[in-house]
Amino acid sequence: MTASRQGAPGLTFSRLADIILPRLVIAPTALACLIGFYGFIAWTAWLSFTESRLMPRYEWAGVVQYIELFGNDRWWQSMQNLAVFGGLFIFVSLAIGLVMAVFLDQKIRGEGFLRTLYLYPMALSFIVTGTAWKWILNPGLGIEKMLHDWGYTQLTFDWIINPDFAIYTVVIAGVWQSSGFVMALFLAGLRGIDDSIIKAAQMDGASLPTIYTRIIIPSLRPVFLSVFMILAHIAVKSFDLVMALTGGGPGFATDLPSIFMYQHGFTRGQLGLGAASAMMMLFTATAVVMPLLYSELRRERRG
Amino acid sequence: MAKLAYQQSPGAKAARYAIYTILVLMAVWYLAPLYVMLSTSLKTLDEIRAGNLMSLPGSLNFDAWRTAWGSACTGVECGGMKGYFVNSLKMMIPAVLISTLLGALNGYILSMWRFKGSDAFFMALLIGTFLPFQVVILPMAQVLALLGLENSTGRLVLVHVIYGLQFTTLFFRNYYVTVPGELVKAARIDGAGFFRIFFRILLPISIPTIMVCLIWQTTQIWNDFLFGVVFSSGDGQPMTVALNNLVNTSTGVKQYNVDMAAAIIAALPTLFVYVVGGKYFVRGLTAGAVKG
Repeated sequence: MTASRQGAPGLTFSRLADIILPRLVIAPTALACLIGFYGFIAWTAWLSFTESRLMPRYEWAGVVQYIELFGNDRWWQSMQNLAVFGGLFIFVSLAIGLVMAVFLDQKIRGEGFLRTLYLYPMALSFIVTGTAWKWILNPGLGIEKMLHDWGYTQLTFDWIINPDFAIYTVVIAGVWQSSGFVMALFLAGLRGIDDSIIKAAQMDGASLPTIYTRIIIPSLRPVFLSVFMILAHIAVKSFDLVMALTGGGPGFATDLPSIFMYQHGFTRGQLGLGAASAMMMLFTATAVVMPLLYSELRRERRG
Repeated sequence: MAKLAYQQSPGAKAARYAIYTILVLMAVWYLAPLYVMLSTSLKTLDEIRAGNLMSLPGSLNFDAWRTAWGSACTGVECGGMKGYFVNSLKMMIPAVLISTLLGALNGYILSMWRFKGSDAFFMALLIGTFLPFQVVILPMAQVLALLGLENSTGRLVLVHVIYGLQFTTLFFRNYYVTVPGELVKAARIDGAGFFRIFFRILLPISIPTIMVCLIWQTTQIWNDFLFGVVFSSGDGQPMTVALNNLVNTSTGVKQYNVDMAAAIIAALPTLFVYVVGGKYFVRGLTAGAVKG
């Protein structure tokens, strides 16, 4: 396969070029990756161990920023919000996506059309989604007003300004945006399943629900994994949706680590604390993704 | 998947009705916000206060659209969205083209010209796709300041190219490993060099992957907010940042119809790409996530 491993009869200029060129062409990307990811992570880590405020300072100060972070109520509120939002967002998106994929898989008339409809929110930016839902959820003018107009005057739907419920409005908008995409991934997975297994099960007299719950859905394990990782990734880095929808409020009711990081790092002149919170976000993302990735790699090697 | 046979028992029929009902209800739920945005953008403020979310606008009134495009205020500036729209275009087009071309070359090297350490490099690149960007933006801001890149567009192009490369490289590499290596071997025996093989043989057969990359990068870069809000300022900001400023401005009477018109304007380019690039869009979203 590897072209450059071919025997080189006499090192002509073009042969030499073929050895050097690939390395030369990939060098900028390698550099960008090395510096832009791994170098910058190290840099952020270093900043998190300094007393940097408005300007970066590079004298070692130990774990002061982490102590401050762990003693900060707003940080814990944002982590708790991430847990609530992330958990619900992932679970509901998975459930809706899977159910719709299974339903769409039943030789539905107009399947292509419906699929297109379900998926379009994914093309929108979270800022647009947040703007739209902010308007729909506006208690004075949105859904609540509509319900009142329809005669249900005793109903209230003021979640977006209610600190106890505001985080669930983020879940609603997030699920609206992403569940169609989950559906598409599951549908692709369903279409990739070997027909013969299902035919055999049918011969044995298994009913359709049984075939799905016993055979088809369990065999979608790799798809579940991919979807979970993508959704977890979206949840951890969620920033724009909340900024547009609630701005983190009311109070800090919908604050997330990403917003905490942005505000301390860029608008409050707390570089060190911002860096420490960024490192915690990295650990959170790693803690979620790595074990899954690792177990899957091991499965693949063994299989 | 399977061609499942349906027993036409009454129970099965009822089940199919239920399935269709749920699917249609879901379609309504996905469409409702778009309808609400459109109808609100066509109403006057009085109509908005008198009616509700679902009520139709009395007449087709494009004033809010004109305001959103040309004279809406984001903070102190009152030039509408048009300048920011152009900013986003100026940032997106070069960033998409550069990251796609580099991704294609990288993918070509990582599949056809492997060298010692190239697999490790690919893994390092892959891990990058899962990092939350928050962990790199503080140093990035320092570096951009050191480089003296004052121009918002230039900064954003650079940042989007760097952090888009992993995805474009991944897409092309995964495509090129399915291309038989004999194709390249034969070309080399005929004396074709590195670039000749790439431009004459591989690039022409990569149209689907190029489409996937263009669509993926276009939506990612156009929709980005984090990099935009951190690395741009003033009238150099991209569309997403301007829209957020507009919607969350608290001065003056809130013009909900203008907000909705601006939101639709911000959504139009990616919606257009989605409608035109339909099947490639789906492939782009699922690429790298589901094998096969």
